[in-house]
Amino acid sequence: MSEIKKIKNLKEFSTSADRFEGANLLCPGCAHSIIVREILNATNDDLILGSSTGCLEVCTAVYPYTSWDNSWIHIGFENSSTAIAGAEAMHKAKKRKGTLISDRDPKFVAFGGDGSTYDIGFQWISGCFERGHDMMYVCLDNEVYANTGGQRSSATPIGSSTVTTPAGSHSYGEKKDKKDMLSIMAAHNAPYVAQVAPNKWKDMIKKIQTGFATEGPVYINAMSACTTEWKFDPADTIAVSDLATDSLVFPLYEIINGTELNITYRPKNIVPVKDYLGAQGRFKHLFKPENAHVLDEWQKRTDAKWDLLQRREEARV
Amino acid sequence: MADKIDLLDIEVWDGNMAASQAMRQAQIDVVAAYPITPSTPVVQNYSTFLANNQIDGEFVMVESEHAAMSGCVGASAAGGRVATATSSQGFALMCEVLYQASGMRLPIVMHVVNRALAAPLNVNGDHSDMYLGRDSGWIQADAFNAQEAYDLGLMAFKISEDHKVRLPMMIHQDGFMTSHTAQGVKTLSDDVAYNFIGEFKPMNAMLDLDRPATHGVQTEEDYHYEFKARQHHDLMTFAKAKTQEVFDEFETLTGRKYSMIQEYDMEGADIAIVCMGTSVETARLVATDMRTKGIKAGVIGIRIIRPWPFEEIKEALKDVKAVAALDRSSPNGALGMLYNELAGCLLQNAKPSILSNYVYGLGGRDLTKDNIKQVFTELKANADTGKLTTPTQQWISLNGEALNFF
Ligand SMILES: Cc1ncc(C[n+]2csc(CCOP(=O)(O)OP(=O)(O)O)c2C)c(N)n1
Ligand code: SF4
Ligand SMILES: [Mg+2]
Repeated sequence: MSEIKKIKNLKEFSTSADRFEGANLLCPGCAHSIIVREILNATNDDLILGSSTGCLEVCTAVYPYTSWDNSWIHIGFENSSTAIAGAEAMHKAKKRKGTLISDRDPKFVAFGGDGSTYDIGFQWISGCFERGHDMMYVCLDNEVYANTGGQRSSATPIGSSTVTTPAGSHSYGEKKDKKDMLSIMAAHNAPYVAQVAPNKWKDMIKKIQTGFATEGPVYINAMSACTTEWKFDPADTIAVSDLATDSLVFPLYEIINGTELNITYRPKNIVPVKDYLGAQGRFKHLFKPENAHVLDEWQKRTDAKWDLLQRREEARV
Repeated sequence: MADKIDLLDIEVWDGNMAASQAMRQAQIDVVAAYPITPSTPVVQNYSTFLANNQIDGEFVMVESEHAAMSGCVGASAAGGRVATATSSQGFALMCEVLYQASGMRLPIVMHVVNRALAAPLNVNGDHSDMYLGRDSGWIQADAFNAQEAYDLGLMAFKISEDHKVRLPMMIHQDGFMTSHTAQGVKTLSDDVAYNFIGEFKPMNAMLDLDRPATHGVQTEEDYHYEFKARQHHDLMTFAKAKTQEVFDEFETLTGRKYSMIQEYDMEGADIAIVCMGTSVETARLVATDMRTKGIKAGVIGIRIIRPWPFEEIKEALKDVKAVAALDRSSPNGALGMLYNELAGCLLQNAKPSILSNYVYGLGGRDLTKDNIKQVFTELKANADTGKLTTPTQQWISLNGEALNFF
């Protein structure tokens, strides 16, 4: 197994060999790029990467340029998982036959947005995990189809105003709550699944390194604050992300072998959910008096989920 | 190391087994596949080879045909030999990725065991799936029997993987009529077959870790058109030339001759049927009968559907008075694909043949010798009178009222 890269501090981390070029077309303040750099910088191993159609893909490989200093592939919106599984199978076959071009063992990582992961590419990911490919799948979860202008996905949370669930005189926006992808992936008996947030970089690096050290399919759900669709100032990406993790809207935890749940971050001061919602334009309408019940509902659901996580951690189920 | 199989000089194989054995002999690195009638036995045969240590590669049993082609694309871009098989609904489900495979210039080989497309659901052979793939940028070859499925199954790797070509290739065979009908197939030994195909030579491989490659880029109005033009150019020129070259090499090795179009009894022919699949063999029998009666009838089987053999067809039909294009796919609102493609060829001949269109065999409806005799009879009338004596499009063997157009 490859050696785990030692990372002492943020300065060293942010300046370690960059394999994802800053020369890309993502919006200033886009968390996708922060997440990708954190993942790539977490290891010294060679990487074979894939991206599904979405912001990350369209912004990083516009011919004749590429932002990727590792091998990278994009096929379609739903199948980065299977593209990477195919590459992993090829590596295995060539290794067995002794026909590898390079004698090092790379890591295989597929990226997809929440649309690609929770919706259209769900079956492909499920197939890859059931078959047990040695790969990591990372969902860049910005809770919306950002690349195509902000339509809802099944990761869009209740009350969010999107262009397909707009808030209006008779609607407070999205009516349903997001799908619990982490539990679904854990239920595949995946050896390791985790939720990460780029603002909690130490926690994130640890999980990514655990993922790389794990044999078999690893699922990472990465919260990705989207300045354009969440509607906040590009300078505030980390501040909004902090509100998300400190309000427990995005709790940070991992599940090992399908059952061993560990909460990996417990905020010292839990902030009210409405502080998180209030920082983003997509929830602005919830602060009208007629939508007060949605704010209450938000806090209630967040508390209930946190409670459930704590009970699962204790019960190891 | 995989164990070899000592094949008899002639094995009794159906088309699916012929395709499976060609895949085994090519020592494929990755097969990603999903079962569907009538190509399921290819997937099953391959599983049996795996269970008996007769293949070294990886067999990824995916959860759908879309995933099968997605896995093939990822594996091929990683840099190795890749193949799969499918039919009908599975083919339709893969469609999105077919275009991506060819656009990304990945040499994937696929056996397509042709079957009707629903609705209504039907498991039998016709060419609807083959026609669905015709603008997808793949090289398309058609096998009329199990022997040809085997031979083309070996040759496909050599054509597709050539560095100037780098385009995926389909080998078609008729569902059931070919895929499930056992016949004598002349074989090559494992060593001779593999040496003929040769080792896979990677290009822009993702697994070449010191020379990383980006696959599947974004282009807009600035470069997209040029990408497509280059692909079309390479299909029309390099793929065609390489196909002929490989056909010639194969003939030297085996004595079995292949060409872009297969002509039977075409010498001095006044009338000709142009068709594909097993119908070619039925039509040949009838043409021979016709010849004994002094009627100069011939048959052209389309071996390479893409790149379309425009010049070859033009030349082969230049002195033919009346020609029938037999389409085994519903044109759904037009004249058949073969009719239209042939019309384009004929238009450039000094004396264009009188062309008519017959739709037949949808969903496995038989095409009998009598049906073909009828077509030849009608062609003869066209040739004798110098004009079309039937409607332009007729549906053969349709129960109930006759269906004709134009
Ligand atoms: C088969 C298919 N359907 C629809 C699309 C259009 N499309 C491209 S990206 C996208 C949304 C991407 O959303 P997500 O996966 O969340 O990624 P993000 O852009 O938000 O990072 C959509 C709908 C497509 N490219 N392919
Ligand atoms: S729209 Fe959102 S996800 Fe897309 S590049 Fe901009 S900030 Fe990033
Ligand atoms: Mg998204």
